[in-house]
Amino acid sequence: MSTLEIKGLHVEIEGKEILKGVDLTINTNEIHAVMGPNGTGKSTLASAIMGHPKYVVTAGTVTLDGEDVLEMEVDERAKAGLFLAMQYPSEISGVTNADFLRSAINSQREEGEEISLMKFIRELDSKMETLEMDQEMAQRYLNEGFSGGEKKRNEILQLMMLKPKFAILDEIDSGLDIDALKVVSKGVNEMRGENFGCLIITHYQRLLNYITPDHVHVMMQGRVVKSGGPELAQKLEAQGYDWIKEELGIEDETVGQEA
Amino acid sequence: MTVEMKLALTGEDVRSYSESNREPEWLAAKRSEAYQLAETLQLPKPDKTKIHNWNFTEFPVHAVHDEPLTGLAELPQEARALIDIENQKNIYVQRNNTPAYLKLSDELKEQGVILTDIFTAAREHSDLVQKYFMDDAVKVDEHKLTALHAAFMNGGVFVYVPKGVEVKEPVQVLFLHEGEEVSLFNHAIIVAEENSALTYVENYLSLSKDSKGLANIISEVIAKDGAKITYGAVDVLAEGFTSYINRRGVAGRDATIEWALGLMNDCDTIYENVTHLVGDGSVSHSKSVLVGRGTQKQNVTAKTVHWGKGAEGFILQHGVMKDEASTIFNGIGKIEHGASKSDAVQESRVLMLSEKARGDANPILLIDEDDVTAGHAASVGRVDPLQLYYLMSRGISRVEAERLIVHGFLAPVVSQLPIEGVKKQLSEVIERKVR
Ligand SMILES: Nc1ncnc2c1ncn2[C@@H]1O[C@H](COP(=O)(O)OP(=O)(O)O)[C@@H](O)[C@H]1O
Ligand SMILES: [Mg+2]
Repeated sequence: MSTLEIKGLHVEIEGKEILKGVDLTINTNEIHAVMGPNGTGKSTLASAIMGHPKYVVTAGTVTLDGEDVLEMEVDERAKAGLFLAMQYPSEISGVTNADFLRSAINSQREEGEEISLMKFIRELDSKMETLEMDQEMAQRYLNEGFSGGEKKRNEILQLMMLKPKFAILDEIDSGLDIDALKVVSKGVNEMRGENFGCLIITHYQRLLNYITPDHVHVMMQGRVVKSGGPELAQKLEAQGYDWIKEELGIEDETVGQEA
Repeated sequence: MTVEMKLALTGEDVRSYSESNREPEWLAAKRSEAYQLAETLQLPKPDKTKIHNWNFTEFPVHAVHDEPLTGLAELPQEARALIDIENQKNIYVQRNNTPAYLKLSDELKEQGVILTDIFTAAREHSDLVQKYFMDDAVKVDEHKLTALHAAFMNGGVFVYVPKGVEVKEPVQVLFLHEGEEVSLFNHAIIVAEENSALTYVENYLSLSKDSKGLANIISEVIAKDGAKITYGAVDVLAEGFTSYINRRGVAGRDATIEWALGLMNDCDTIYENVTHLVGDGSVSHSKSVLVGRGTQKQNVTAKTVHWGKGAEGFILQHGVMKDEASTIFNGIGKIEHGASKSDAVQESRVLMLSEKARGDANPILLIDEDDVTAGHAASVGRVDPLQLYYLMSRGISRVEAERLIVHGFLAPVVSQLPIEGVKKQLSEVIERKVR
């Protein structure tokens, strides 16, 4: 079993403190959901864990099986087993999806142990089929001119090809219709198992109908303000966030407001 | 200010060189006239690059003799890699100033297609060559370098496709540079008659590491009404050359000229790629990519001149600058009065890989007509940190991520080249130059 542990995490962007002490522990074989309205720090948490260049960690720790993640370069974090499906993935012109994926897979392997072209193509074909992606997507330039939904599927394709220990999915459901949502969920559910842990960031409960979480956390004002089981997501769906704000005496849940 | 520059040859040298090639009278006369002009005409004035100190006039030797090849297998490995020796049906190879190898399929010969070195063409197809040689596309008296070129021309190729003939397999041309003393005054004439089609791919390849010579190279590319010419080129000339490389097109009604130019010289170079969209409905796509390194200075001008109604001209220039290299990119769309419904778009982008490099992207629109569409985009910047982050977040190292981004940035030309060996070579040259 592997463990990703976030302790007392404080994060700034451009001098403004966004995360104000986040604690979260995720084990493999667990699915966690982080929910919360817009502007409460969810993407900041994801970005800080992955090492986005704009986000500065000012206090706290992130460890993966005891290893200090924050000390690692971004590529080392990926090699250690972290993956982030980004809310706004970059477009990279002139680099085909397939070439990029093969580079990414080979970067996790030793020299001389590179994946064979045959095996790569076979895997790619099968994952793309699961995600109901057109074969020609493999030869298109990475995310260039992809629709919102295509980008989301492409993030999940990368997840399935790279098989990380821990994946963070940042709003993988936004902009997807129900059919696409089912397809993406199918991809994530295929990953479930003893060697995989997942943190799903969403502000709708909808996605959690298809990927049942083991734990649900609510973020407000740059902190995890409430945690529970799947029933917490149901309650949020039915009643919204106001009852939590009342319970905790929060007026404005976004970052920058103090309780 | 008029700077008198001593020319490396005398008028007499030019005459006797012309005689030794058994050139027709008109060409000998044109050379003499050009020689006179070269003495008085000024250098061109590429925008934002001062070239008055560049040596365009003196060189060690005018023409050297090399042995022709008996077969392509004799070529050194670096040159051979460009050619699919078994399957390449139409090819011309020139070693320095000597026509060294020629092959044209019987099928094309029967259809009247001509592929030959420029001197043989001048002797055997004198009228045809006279019709196109520095008369329509490029004129002798434009400036000192065009005049010098005509006077000193010492190599080149002639390609002619008759009316209605579609050349399905690409014509490949290899200009090899071997030896520091060598200069290249190559002239290419490429003519596609009405409703014909041609794909032409040329390579300039230095097999020597260094040069003391000049490269003054002109291509005239003529697409008659309804014709389509695809022109690919990869230039890899050695450090030490001073280069002027001018590739110019003239497109007739509904004609198309597509350029894919890999500008990979290691020497100081003035590049020009102008397409005159003369006919209504004519189209040109000019794509060029460049890598500058060391202390190289270059100026790259791509221009479409719209004369015909509904003419479409698209320019893409992508440059990567390293070390202390400096390059000016000018992407110019000029729409003449009467060229209504024209469309002119330029995109010039420069990726800076070093603090000390210089890159300028200047898209320019000059419009003398109201009813047109036009647009341009320009950028000069470093590798996008968010792109790097994205690639690295998948485990790709910083170095490899940068490599992918740079190759992607230069892909528009690589992906366009129609000969596999040449495509691969351009990738490898890019790899070598950006490392
Ligand atoms: N570049 C930035 N500069 C300043 N504040 C920012 C920047 N990016 C995001 N923020 C602020 O950080 C807060 C949290 O943003 P984010 O983590 O993206 O929230 P969420 O993902 O929960 O919607 C928001 O209040 C937002 O305005
Ligand atoms: Mg967000």
